Amino acid sequence: MKVAITGMGIISSIGNTVEENFHSLVSLKTGLSTISNIETIHKDIIKVGEIKLTNEQLAKQLNLPSDNNYSRTALLGAIAAKQAVENAKISDMNAYKSGLISATSVGGMDMTEKYYYEYFENEACQKYITSHDIGDNSQKIANCIGLKGMVTTISTACSSAANAIMLGARLIQSGELDRVVVGGTDALAKFTINGFKTLMILSDDYNAPFDNNRKGLNLGEAAAFLVLESETIVKKENREVLAYVTGFGNANDAFHQTASSENGDGAFLAMNKAFKMAKIQPGEIDYINAHGTATPNNDLSEGRAIIRIFGENVPDFSSTKPFTGHTLAAAAGIEAVYSILAIQNNIIFPNLNFKTNMEEFNLTPQLTLKEKEIHHVLSNSFGFGGNCSTLIFSKN
Amino acid sequence: MTTNYHISSYCKIENNTLQLNGATVLEMNDVLFPEFIKNASKTIGLEYPKFFKMDNLSKLAFLGAEAILKDNIDLENENDIALVFANKSSSLDTDVKYQDSISDSENYFPSPAVFVYTLPNICVGEISIKHQLKTENAFFVFDDFKPDFMSNYASYLLESGKTQKVLCGWVEYYKNEYKAFVYLVEKSGTIAHDKQNIQTLYNQ
Amino acid sequence: MEALKQELKSKIIEVLNLEDIAIEDINDNDPLFGDGLGLDSIDALELIVLLDKEYGIRLADPKQGKAIFESIETMAAYIAENRTK
Repeated sequence: MKVAITGMGIISSIGNTVEENFHSLVSLKTGLSTISNIETIHKDIIKVGEIKLTNEQLAKQLNLPSDNNYSRTALLGAIAAKQAVENAKISDMNAYKSGLISATSVGGMDMTEKYYYEYFENEACQKYITSHDIGDNSQKIANCIGLKGMVTTISTACSSAANAIMLGARLIQSGELDRVVVGGTDALAKFTINGFKTLMILSDDYNAPFDNNRKGLNLGEAAAFLVLESETIVKKENREVLAYVTGFGNANDAFHQTASSENGDGAFLAMNKAFKMAKIQPGEIDYINAHGTATPNNDLSEGRAIIRIFGENVPDFSSTKPFTGHTLAAAAGIEAVYSILAIQNNIIFPNLNFKTNMEEFNLTPQLTLKEKEIHHVLSNSFGFGGNCSTLIFSKN
Repeated sequence: MTTNYHISSYCKIENNTLQLNGATVLEMNDVLFPEFIKNASKTIGLEYPKFFKMDNLSKLAFLGAEAILKDNIDLENENDIALVFANKSSSLDTDVKYQDSISDSENYFPSPAVFVYTLPNICVGEISIKHQLKTENAFFVFDDFKPDFMSNYASYLLESGKTQKVLCGWVEYYKNEYKAFVYLVEKSGTIAHDKQNIQTLYNQ
Repeated sequence: MEALKQELKSKIIEVLNLEDIAIEDINDNDPLFGDGLGLDSIDALELIVLLDKEYGIRLADPKQGKAIFESIETMAAYIAENRTK
């Protein structure tokens, strides 16, 4: 049973609204830059997809009092979720059984790492202690959109937002909820920058997914949310439907804590499950928004999984991470918005920075903006812990 | 809605005690978690060097799962067991350890092996790797144990035909305070899979 | 050199949490990865940190590790030649 998407909102390094993001995508404008909001010794070597607004500016947008204790993750999430709710033209959030499922990996870590050693002496910063945990971030987002129903958080690394969308779709399908706001939010933090640095998968250049000489990923921060609503609401409220979630699948790669298996077993299974549910054939996919992090391991494994599914007829595909950087738990939310934009505008966003085909296979991503009729988009997201998820979005 | 399925096996690890299906398998006094869990792994006959590389949360979840799955897994065939885990403190215990390794600029050596465990779902991945479960898996973070959510979610997976069995778990670890309650839901078994029974077994 | 090899073995056992493996169990020419000690990619990264922390050697590219970490023998030779502390 397909689930209607009636609203979406986003804030990323390429724009503070859906329109701004679309504009950057079609004008091929990357959001990667030198980091300015965080003091880090890696400043000169890494490039990140950073939102160039300070926490104060973000809080002002939300009309929060100056003594608020929002982490950056919560601020970004609240802004994107509010946009999604406005976009869906929801007047009374609690008129139907509604919920929020938010995905994050860092939660309030940005504040914790800033004030950790001051907590005992400095009373003023103690307010951030309770905003560390990821559930608090979700609760704050729920408060900002005036939601009183179910609130939960999913944390399965870089596939988190895909799993949030999946769970939301299930709650609608089973009738547990009539409306659910789903997506993810992750702010940049030293914690993640250093972590990925130790894994030696950060590129010192602009990331180049599916390129033979790719050197790794750029991190990014972003938040994106969708509003999913039941057929009943869509009819009753005469909603404009942006697109539908028609298929989803999740599988474990069962290979390694952080690395993907050689032939992308988890990715293959996740895509297969999504096709089964959407009741469409691989040949009907018009565009794949790949996970494509530009690490040597991901792109090889994902590329092989794509070939296993599509054989000789791989549809147009691209990774949009050269625009935004890898936004971790938010990534699948960001890419869901981009998939919907592709469907609405019948346009495929290119895979920037690609020059040379990988030696292992002959896959060339879409390299220029391409206009064509788009009915079905497949979006992949894979997380550490072997957690692989695939979503299929459709026009009808 | 949940009457057709059963809890076929369950395991609890807390207060230096390992229980399987209500029977105490190992009980120790005055030891810290690492010592206890090492003994527990020996008690159930685990031979898996990678176990000792895991963080505390993964060791806890992995062993709880191992106690149940070692008798329920047929490695020759595909095992269709989905994993649904949850806790309260996410990976905070390891997050703090990792934070300590990057906080001193004079002695700055962040550990990749610690960083990989700063995500709560890695423990689910460890279970999947050991038993080659390429199934659906999720990790939720709640304020407290939610038997109704757990039973609804597992029932949905089973009734919609997405999986044959579901291994559910509450695995909480923070600063030497821990509790694991892991249980397997499937068609066969004697304990009905419902909210009340899950709560009772959790409390026992 | 012999002392360095012994030291390396004990440090590797410690940082990689090799439970139930003693210094005597590791031969100088045993492969560290694959069939040998069964180390994986995260262990390789941890060994890169060890080179930096204990011997002041910084590897910029993880691919360099492959030849260096072949065995205790190759690792000790590389450290002896390049150590800054």
